[in-house]
Amino acid sequence: MPDRPYVAIVDYGLGNLFSVRQACAHVGLDVAITSDATTILSADGVILPGIGAFGDAMATLRRLDLVGVLRDVAASSTPLLGVCLGMQLLATESDEFGRHPGLDVVPGRVIRLAAQNDRGRLKIPHVGWSAIHPARPGAWRGGLLEEVAEGAFMYFVHSFHLETCAGGVVVATTRYGDTEYAAALTHGSVFACQFHPERSGLAGLSIYRAFAARVRTRRAEGVHAG
Amino acid sequence: MSVRVIARLDIKGPDLVKGIHLEGLRVLGRPERFARHYYEEGADELIYMDVVASLYGRNSLFDLVSRTASEVFVPLTVGGGLRTLEDIRTMLRAGADKVAINTAAIGRPEFIREAAQAFGSSTIVVSIEAIQRGEGAWEAYTDNGRERTGVDAVAWAREAVALGAGEILLTSIDREGTGRGFDLELTRTVADAVDVPVIASGGAGRAEDVLEVVLAGHADAVALASIVHYDAIDRLADAAEAVTGNTEYLRSRRTFSVVTPASIAEVKSGLLARAVDCRPVARA
Repeated sequence: MPDRPYVAIVDYGLGNLFSVRQACAHVGLDVAITSDATTILSADGVILPGIGAFGDAMATLRRLDLVGVLRDVAASSTPLLGVCLGMQLLATESDEFGRHPGLDVVPGRVIRLAAQNDRGRLKIPHVGWSAIHPARPGAWRGGLLEEVAEGAFMYFVHSFHLETCAGGVVVATTRYGDTEYAAALTHGSVFACQFHPERSGLAGLSIYRAFAARVRTRRAEGVHAG
Repeated sequence: MSVRVIARLDIKGPDLVKGIHLEGLRVLGRPERFARHYYEEGADELIYMDVVASLYGRNSLFDLVSRTASEVFVPLTVGGGLRTLEDIRTMLRAGADKVAINTAAIGRPEFIREAAQAFGSSTIVVSIEAIQRGEGAWEAYTDNGRERTGVDAVAWAREAVALGAGEILLTSIDREGTGRGFDLELTRTVADAVDVPVIASGGAGRAEDVLEVVLAGHADAVALASIVHYDAIDRLADAAEAVTGNTEYLRSRRTFSVVTPASIAEVKSGLLARAVDCRPVARA
């Protein structure tokens, strides 16, 4: 194991790996871009990025034998950050181009974004900046959104979103036209967001900074335990 | 939904350049310095366009994209001379979040489908350069408005979206660099014809033009060049250093009386004052 804490960025052939890596570098995190199970399981933190189609992504994760690995990480105390498609993959299943099973870390399904306003149907994909709000008072306290101002704008690019009935999982919501949906969720050591914090300016970088702090804490605890 | 205000940087070799109708290019300074400035003052995205790439058959922005993406944490779209899936992959690896394609897509529309399948629609922006050909009709051009294609710009926008384009970057060559305002009719026609976001580009001469193209042109986003570049030059003492061309004319200002410079922050204040939703400028 390297002496310094490191984060495994899961490389399954899709996604904005460069910008995720740059955001990690900006907050002082070493990274390994990898699809190797051992490297992922021994990392101090794991990032599941992603752009692209749900079904293709799950097929690749199965081929790489990473489904069980990622479920293990999610069930452990290792901080796991899911971004965009990386959040959706945590759901039970998705309706994107047919029905596909997901990692089933968070009970819920991924459904098509269908929004309208008084001028008619809104454009899909939703590309742009939207304000995020706490799902309930105090939902950001002690979490990765702690340093983010309520109503801060984040950068979204997506056509689908995760819908869950699990109580307390959703910590931030956003709105596109008349549709309100989950912008971020937490579940154990998992934090996942539909937006791209690595492309959301200073507000987004504060999420990476908070993630880095957790990774270092996890490392320190791990060293003590060892 | 909020309107995106995007800074567009046309690049030739190592320099940020600006022309009129995409011709008669003048050197303004080092692109990464301008890019950082726009990021810091609240630009929602950046576009880098290699304006001579198609001429030479390659995009030379790889190193510049890498440097920029490591210090600018908003989306970066890169276009110019991208002809193959490998070209796109290389640019995404360098740090681009999206790519803009034009010449290669018009030459072979299936390229859009292949690129969207390989990288996701949201990564593929189809750039359309339009010149008006009579009432309510525009022709698509390539190579920065140098080459005719005979293709109707509005029909091409529809086809590009059907093939998988995630966004349309729509540049009016007639208005580009003139400061006469966006081509509202062109923008509205294309924005209403497709169900993906349309970025209006070309013609902004003052902050009010942005409001107009959003309200009357139905633009989902605006790309600004001259008005923000000439504002930035005043604010960036070091911007014009180390450029390869003569920048004396910049100080004379004669050429640019058509444009009333405005910062990204001023443009956004103008939108918010008229209740047009956009990301407010956050101060560190």
